[in-house]
Amino acid sequence: MSAEGRVNDFVIKLANVNGTGSASSNGLLMKSIFRMGIPVVGKNFFPSNIQGLPTWYEIRVTKDGYTCRTGTTDLMVAMNAETYAADLAELRPGGVLLYDSTWPRKDLQERNDVTVLGIPLSGMCNEAFDSARAKVLMKNVAYVGALVALLSIEMEVVENLLKETFSTKPHLMDANMQAIRMGYDYAIENFSCPLDMRLERMDKTDGYVMVDGNTTAGLGSVYAGATVVSWYPITPSTSLIDAYSIFCKQLRVEEDEGGSKVNNYCVIQAEDELAAIGMVLGANWNGARAFTSTSGPGISLMSEFLGLAYYAEIPAVVFDVQRVGPSTGMPTRTQQCDITSAAYASHGDTRHVLLFPADPTECFEMALNAFDLAERLQTPVIVLSDLDIGMNDWMIPEIQWDESYQPDRGKVYDADALKDMDKFYRYLDVDGDAIPWRTLPGVDSKGAYFVRGSGHNRYGGYTEKSDEYKDVLDRLRRKSDTAATIVPEPVVEHGVDVGAEKSWAVLSIGSCHGAIVEARDRLANEKVSFDYMRVKGFPFHSTVDEFIQKYERVFVVEQNRDAQLRQLLVNEFDINPAQLVPLLSYDGMPVGSDFIVEAIKTELQMQGAAAAG
Amino acid sequence: MSFIAKPKITHPGLPRNEIGLTLRDYEGSMSTLCAGCGHDSVSAAIMQAYFELSVEPHRVAKVSGIGCSSKTPTYFLGGAHGFNSVHGRMPSIATGANAANRELQYIGVSGDGDSLSIGMGQFSHAIRRNVNMMYVLENNGVYGLTKGQFSASADKGSKAKKGEANAYSPIDPVLLAISLGCTFVGRSFSGDKDNLVPLLKSAISHSGFALIDVISPCVTFNDHEGSTKSYAHTREHMLETVYADYVGAHEEIIAQVQPGEYRQVTMHDGSRVGLRHVDKSYDPTDRIAAISYIEKHRAEGAVVTGLLYVEEGSAEMHVTLGSAPGAMSEIPYEKLNPGAEALNRIQGRWR
Repeated sequence: MSAEGRVNDFVIKLANVNGTGSASSNGLLMKSIFRMGIPVVGKNFFPSNIQGLPTWYEIRVTKDGYTCRTGTTDLMVAMNAETYAADLAELRPGGVLLYDSTWPRKDLQERNDVTVLGIPLSGMCNEAFDSARAKVLMKNVAYVGALVALLSIEMEVVENLLKETFSTKPHLMDANMQAIRMGYDYAIENFSCPLDMRLERMDKTDGYVMVDGNTTAGLGSVYAGATVVSWYPITPSTSLIDAYSIFCKQLRVEEDEGGSKVNNYCVIQAEDELAAIGMVLGANWNGARAFTSTSGPGISLMSEFLGLAYYAEIPAVVFDVQRVGPSTGMPTRTQQCDITSAAYASHGDTRHVLLFPADPTECFEMALNAFDLAERLQTPVIVLSDLDIGMNDWMIPEIQWDESYQPDRGKVYDADALKDMDKFYRYLDVDGDAIPWRTLPGVDSKGAYFVRGSGHNRYGGYTEKSDEYKDVLDRLRRKSDTAATIVPEPVVEHGVDVGAEKSWAVLSIGSCHGAIVEARDRLANEKVSFDYMRVKGFPFHSTVDEFIQKYERVFVVEQNRDAQLRQLLVNEFDINPAQLVPLLSYDGMPVGSDFIVEAIKTELQMQGAAAAG
Repeated sequence: MSFIAKPKITHPGLPRNEIGLTLRDYEGSMSTLCAGCGHDSVSAAIMQAYFELSVEPHRVAKVSGIGCSSKTPTYFLGGAHGFNSVHGRMPSIATGANAANRELQYIGVSGDGDSLSIGMGQFSHAIRRNVNMMYVLENNGVYGLTKGQFSASADKGSKAKKGEANAYSPIDPVLLAISLGCTFVGRSFSGDKDNLVPLLKSAISHSGFALIDVISPCVTFNDHEGSTKSYAHTREHMLETVYADYVGAHEEIIAQVQPGEYRQVTMHDGSRVGLRHVDKSYDPTDRIAAISYIEKHRAEGAVVTGLLYVEEGSAEMHVTLGSAPGAMSEIPYEKLNPGAEALNRIQGRWR
């Protein structure tokens, strides 16, 4: 890469020890670049640990505004002696390594194709600060100071960010600024600043914000009018409930007649995921919009209740922020590995509505979609986010609120409707869309019925009669067909014309999107072009099948070992499985554009070789 | 079977309650339990209690788990919505339903298998949260629908129908509940309607979690000699301790006992529960004393019944959570939607 090419286009990786305050330093660094108008991507690779294990933060500076990782590291800030060797090995030839030179690190000199810059960060901080805690924390702030000089970050931007952060704690402001200055001064005095790899102000972040998908999903649930939440703590979904609770504390508290503060929401921390989903069903049955948030292990535990909700037709919204399985797996790493378990969760014939957000914007939008669909279809809706979307900061356009939005509460007979009715039957398909009408407890005894997971007929009565049982089960299948027409439609993006007929395409879901977009641009430079469909919901829209049938081969990109999206496609459509080629990334890291480019090239070469042979 | 409607013939002379309903208006569909099942007597007592309290049936929500007991909500209050959920998970359904609408009355019906084995976690945590509901545990010491296995409440040494003895110590729901901080704990016997109906009425009026453990013999699998949950054994070993005498908010109290033996607890809704002490030494407001009393008599083989523990004035779940008055489900969307301006303000912090 030329020196010019490295302006506003490189990857910084910061290797730290968990629990040393590095998260706020790295956040400060990323936010500073963002405020200089330069697009950034932040990825946190953290351990399942409170203190002591290695943790990395990766900041991609991307003038073109890509939203994924590349897979390459240009600048490594090596602050963790335990991972020095691996961190050094990861750096690309020509890259730069910055380390704490308080202690000699001979092994860091082993590569002669990289630039090594040593700064005695610990030594400087040990002298400058008194408390043991400050000595540890401030060395992380000091390397940000060094990077301000090396990358030519605007000092004023850093200062303003610190002022905002420590507006109520001026003494911390001073200490942080002192550490920044120390790192900055050392770099100016000892190195040739700035590096070739550096920053220049742009205006490409106007109208954008930096936020993670759990925050926007929690906020979307507030805007959707959800009032009851029950949950059990689990990484990486906990921060979604935290977000909902915090926003509710800001937006949903009012004074009652006596002047006491009262909440227009209810958050209940359950004893386990079984109870969490149970409470969600109880609340939805009783007319509130209620949801839970969990990850794979929680979906396993919730499965029995999800089957009941499907069969007894109770709305529910579940956010599944996916993490690496099976079992406890790697709780702080990302995957798209709950696709099949969510789609068919529970025993018996079940088929759940799934939504696949690709970024925090869609986490907000799909939170609203999920509640509307759950009540319209009277069934659970599972939003399959993942750790990458949920916990990493993404640069997204500001979310616009449509003031005309009204929640779709679905088919509910109120007291007036019941009054005029001869008799109410819970599971009758009166409108021909396979969706029956429901009633809420407490409204009118004429609407009373008995919810049961045991065999029931179209009138809501208990049954063990084969034809009556089948009648309801077949209608549920038809309801699933209705669902396919109202889940968000897939998005198709056509590749540029490179003068050749497109015999193959790419199909994917969720957080693979960013990497596919960049891979598409990179391959287009090599005269390789493809059409791309991103599926946003399940049951699949009919256009998914139509898209697949247009090509000889469709590469199905997803982040799990067993090609779960492909399984679902083969299962749901009359497709020759050989037509769907799996491209799978399942190492727990968010998929990068390098992987997609290489995987597609390899497949094309294999096919070319096969055709030639 | 439970879909079969009972013939609705209302005799003009039937007594009516304050809201003009007869006892028949509190019935449900035909029971499909075995003839003589204790659970049917409990259902009858529940109907009687709601009738006497003049509760509108549709303002009650019935929830249950899985098992013989959990089938019973179809057999009473046909005008109320019901939810027969999954095994051992009724407390979470009740908790969520209550979270959504605190203005309805909740009755949960469960059994000893449903509450003390598969569902002991949820049972315990609903008590901890002090969910405002009445929880009726129809306790027969046996799994009926799966043909007679011992449950966790079966007494050690108690004999199954074919003669084998239970090897494990029983879990006593009453002691468990008191130890967990349950704010209303009673025990009764399905064959003792005089005791059960006022106890149910008191539990319904209680603000918070009210547990009533009802010994309710299984005529098919656990009513033989050697069983400690049979009709004969329970009648013989029952020790009535504190009789709950329910008095409505506007009713006169007619004390039939000597002063000192009779005390009142004022319930949340203004009604009162008169406690007639059959055993003068028992104090149902003293938790430690209650536990040791029940333990002592249990060791002697006695089944202590009555209102065993009551703590009125404790904070039920919504009070602890600081919920707005009224039902969450009825808050208009305009009040729940923060609007575009708030969204812009929030996003200002994300730059």
